[in-house]
Amino acid sequence: MKKLIGAISLVTAGLGLQANALAQTEVTFYFPVAVGGPITKIIDGYAADFNKENPDIKVTPVYAGTYQETIVKALTANKSGKPPTAAILLSTDTFTLIDEDAVVPIDNFVKSEEDKKWLNSFFPAFMENSQIDGKTWGIPFQRSTVVMYWNKKAFKEAGLDPEKAPSTWLELVEMGQKLTKRDANGNVTQWGIQVPSSGFPYWLFQCFTTPNDVILANSEGNKVTFDNVKVIEALQFWMDLSQKFKIHPPGVVQWGTTPRDFMEGKAAIIWTTTGNLTNIRNNAPFEFGVAMIPANLRPGSPTGGGNFYIFKKAAQKEQEAAFMFAKWLTQPERAAQWSIDTGYVAVSPAAYETERLKKYGQEFPQALVARDQLKYAVAEFSTHDNQRVTKVLNDGLQAALTGAKTAAQAMKDAQVEADRILRDYR
Amino acid sequence: MTTTARHIQAYLLLLPAFVLLVSFTHFPAVASLIESFLSTPKGSRPARFVGLENYRIMIEDPVFWQAMSNNFWFAAITIPASIAISISMAIWVNDKIAGKQFLRMSYFLPTVMPMIAVANIWIFFYTPDYGLINQVLQALGFPGQNFLGDSSLALWSITVVAIWKEAGFFMIFYLAALQTLSPSYREAAQIEGASKWYYFRKIQWPLLMPTTVFVLVNALINAFRMVDHIFVMTNGGPNNASTLLLFYLYEVGFKYWDRGYASALTIVLLLILAVIGLLQFFLLDKRTHYK
Repeated sequence: MKKLIGAISLVTAGLGLQANALAQTEVTFYFPVAVGGPITKIIDGYAADFNKENPDIKVTPVYAGTYQETIVKALTANKSGKPPTAAILLSTDTFTLIDEDAVVPIDNFVKSEEDKKWLNSFFPAFMENSQIDGKTWGIPFQRSTVVMYWNKKAFKEAGLDPEKAPSTWLELVEMGQKLTKRDANGNVTQWGIQVPSSGFPYWLFQCFTTPNDVILANSEGNKVTFDNVKVIEALQFWMDLSQKFKIHPPGVVQWGTTPRDFMEGKAAIIWTTTGNLTNIRNNAPFEFGVAMIPANLRPGSPTGGGNFYIFKKAAQKEQEAAFMFAKWLTQPERAAQWSIDTGYVAVSPAAYETERLKKYGQEFPQALVARDQLKYAVAEFSTHDNQRVTKVLNDGLQAALTGAKTAAQAMKDAQVEADRILRDYR
Repeated sequence: MTTTARHIQAYLLLLPAFVLLVSFTHFPAVASLIESFLSTPKGSRPARFVGLENYRIMIEDPVFWQAMSNNFWFAAITIPASIAISISMAIWVNDKIAGKQFLRMSYFLPTVMPMIAVANIWIFFYTPDYGLINQVLQALGFPGQNFLGDSSLALWSITVVAIWKEAGFFMIFYLAALQTLSPSYREAAQIEGASKWYYFRKIQWPLLMPTTVFVLVNALINAFRMVDHIFVMTNGGPNNASTLLLFYLYEVGFKYWDRGYASALTIVLLLILAVIGLLQFFLLDKRTHYK
């Protein structure tokens, strides 16, 4: 109902403005909502503020559902010849958007020195997914990364130092064994560690492969390294957590219920997105800590989340207005507030130098872990024909985690299939 | 009115329905058929004629065959189970019992709830350790199960949700049909000393046959159409264990953007539904007694 009223008032506002709107440049902007909180309200507020500051531009944000629904809508609109001017889509969709010839490089609009400075102001880890063939295709906006949450109460009960999270694979196994509790019948009442593997296991898998010092895809997005021995080792370690050490729930673990499992005390350590930080902070009935993903040969975790893209078929004037909006959105002060409101990682080091984010970091140091981890972060797995290749990897991972295939078999099969798909892009 | 004028009038009256039918049913079906013989256009590469290439890919695609077999089992379980449950519920709430209205409403409740909401609730029923079903299992001394995360259980878990969702809907049709049955049959059966089971087998079941045909057609269509909960619960996983045909079609069409192959899959789905629908009408209709 609220949405309907909102829509009606938007329409009436639009009608009222039409008289003096002739010279206005219209920017339609699709955005998804992937985390909790009043995202729609925040984005609508941004658009209203921007429109007030720039009376010659009219940005209309359109809530388009999940990431998946948003790209379906944007690409379908693009095929019909009337795409939105801009959209927030997954950073991993870059190859797909280029292959569909749907977006323009941001570099087209970067002309002044100030623009160049702005383009260089982002965390390099976030630009890895956006820069291909020397061109920048997307602007980091709602970006996240995987971090480790640990239950300090459970640590204390297990006789561990509640202020010290496992920082290596070895420590993870040792602490996990102490944290796993069983009842008289041998049923587990508390798991040591839980890493979700439903939906998009490849992303969590990067928290094993990156520390094992191996990258899953080349930067051209046409070669993958699934059958690399280090990748197989990483998968074997993930499987061992449940199959050998018995400190991790067996089978495929639901992404959606993992934060809940943590808050219910069923899992003492979980790995999930920084986007869950606000939710866990508000609802966990115990003290918790946030730490970097444990290291093996090196520390590391993948980035994630969405970029701001500008569509090719939009008129040039509209594209330029969208570019202005993107710059406006990512100003340090605004990025800082956005990070506080949503739990996303602020996209530039400058945002972390602002007063408000400094103050927030002092009150709630858990929020700064993601930033510190960015030094070691790598691009989220992405290739040409991305969703298909990703699916091949996901299927392989789930086959291994459910015990249907060995780690080596699963990754070798996935490699063959991925090679077949990527052949066309070499 | 002359015959011509009457014909024109008839066609004009049919026109609105005709326009809708053509633009939303016939045109997409024909367009899919045509596209299934074309390659998928990508950026600068336009679509070109590839003949039966998309169908050849399908025959070699293990995920397609897995989706087919999953869908077969999904249909083979949901259809008889939901019909059996809906008939028993209908017969039960058709009797004069206390709290009849409340029972009818509770049985119908799953039907009015959106599938996405239902799926979100069931995720927590199925959750390992503290989920409802696992708590009951463990209280009874059985080991807990990871229903959605185990390849051998995922398909059955989403099947149960579908049955739960459908049974209430079909119950309404059976209930309506039962209430049209004349009470004199029951009285006659009672006088003759027929058991309840005998009465059901020889009188109620045959008289309910038209309803059963209707429900069967609906159940079959739903078995191929109901995939909303898969998006929420398993995403077709683990390792395609719970992928159904329509879900796979969506993945190919809107995740892989492979329009040619997705069109070929659409045609196969259409053919399956058409064949089953025709068989049902021709075979079952003959054995159904309409009053």
